[in-house]
Amino acid sequence: MFEFEFMRLAFAAGAIIGVLAPVVGFFLVQRQMSLIGDGIGHVAFAGVALGYLIGISPVWTALAAAVAGAVAIEWLRAHRKAAGDQALALVFYTGIAGGVVLISAAGALNANLFTYLFGSILTVSRSDLVTIAILGFFALVLIALFLRALLAVSLDEEGALVSGLPVPVLNGVVSMVAALTIGISMRIVGILLIAALMVLPVIAAQRVAWSLRSTMGLSIAFGLCSVLAGLTTSYYANLPPGGTIVLTATGLFLVAATLETVRSRV
Amino acid sequence: MPLAIELEGVDFAYLPGQPVLKDVNLDVGVGEFVAIAGPNGGGKTTLLRLILGLERPTAGRVRLFGEAPDRFRERPRLGYLAQRAQLGVQAPATVLEVVTAGRAAVRPVGRLTAEDREAIDAAIERVGLTVLAKRPLTRLSGGQQQRAFIAKALAPEPKLLALDEPTAGVDVEAQEALAELLARLHDELNVTILYVSHEFGAIEHVVERLMLVRQGIVFDGPPSSLPGFWHDPSHVHV
Repeated sequence: MFEFEFMRLAFAAGAIIGVLAPVVGFFLVQRQMSLIGDGIGHVAFAGVALGYLIGISPVWTALAAAVAGAVAIEWLRAHRKAAGDQALALVFYTGIAGGVVLISAAGALNANLFTYLFGSILTVSRSDLVTIAILGFFALVLIALFLRALLAVSLDEEGALVSGLPVPVLNGVVSMVAALTIGISMRIVGILLIAALMVLPVIAAQRVAWSLRSTMGLSIAFGLCSVLAGLTTSYYANLPPGGTIVLTATGLFLVAATLETVRSRV
Repeated sequence: MPLAIELEGVDFAYLPGQPVLKDVNLDVGVGEFVAIAGPNGGGKTTLLRLILGLERPTAGRVRLFGEAPDRFRERPRLGYLAQRAQLGVQAPATVLEVVTAGRAAVRPVGRLTAEDREAIDAAIERVGLTVLAKRPLTRLSGGQQQRAFIAKALAPEPKLLALDEPTAGVDVEAQEALAELLARLHDELNVTILYVSHEFGAIEHVVERLMLVRQGIVFDGPPSSLPGFWHDPSHVHV
């Protein structure tokens, strides 16, 4: 399959996403905000629709909308305008409703839209790969730079606040990186499924991990494995890549949960 | 004695017309070990939050080591143990990872120095968890988890150690062990300790000073001078 350039591009982009998505998801899961990726994803859908309507690349409008959605959720949470789940619901439903209205206005309810919603291995161009690599690298550097502080906030947000860590800024960093991840992942995994790739490898890793470090390492391994195995299956079985990748991640979760059960009985 | 905490005429209300604290005046000297007790909803956690700068008084003045709490320059040197419900005790973190997180404000970016590692190891040793340092929290008892989070609060070598309901969810034996541990830490480190709890039975024999809070401070003195009726748990809890 690597004789085709589109597969080489899809695998290269997929490898970056397979690493990045679980790294971001790790912090979302620890903060019990596993569904924030879904909320941001639905705002990104409105961004795609806006791109169609005004005639510019939906990738960039989706990225901008995802970042705006992430900022909105964090602002609502930080200013206590709404509880975490309510902030998420507000942004989630506004995003999907706005997307439906805009996409209808643009007359773009067609098959091409589905490549953004559910992913496609045919759509990653060389310039997409460069964008994914640059933004992915930037996101990983940001997390590596603030790793210790981000972990401190994940374990004890109020303790971190007392000690003077800039908790709202650090939460904003996680949300922004989640938005970036959604923006660059939608070509392969799809807007509606990328949140699953952030969360499933992490909750699978938690079942068998013995430390934060091992959770992070196993999450990356599971994410990478899900993307590469999912893309391969997608190619040979002619299945949509997003769904195949996420189902692979679900399979890994079931294996990890079984291992945990077996281990607890031994 | 230099003061760690000063409150002058402090009022606080979360909602207008519903005061939680009224006209609170309080001095805590550097190195004092103070228990703050009282009924649930009496304002003791709010008092702690005001001292730590997590809330601002609606009237009056709060000083932490002579500075406004929200502008306190040595904020990384505040060791704080939040209520158990707010702690990530279910996270797949080892004791060492939890305690290292306690050093994050001192060294937020870059590699930990030898000094940081010594402080982290010393904090773990002080709470007696050295042999369990690499064990995940999920495989520790409630009392051991609590000690891990106390070590986290000790990791920044704090000037003030503030504990909010540290005995919630742990058994009586662990509560007594915690009291002994805090007494030893106080002796060894001479750190100012604020211990907030809805009951004070476990800590009564090790603290120097007890405050009972019910909208204001209704008792402030050594536990030995506490009027007998206050020892009735129903009186304190209601």
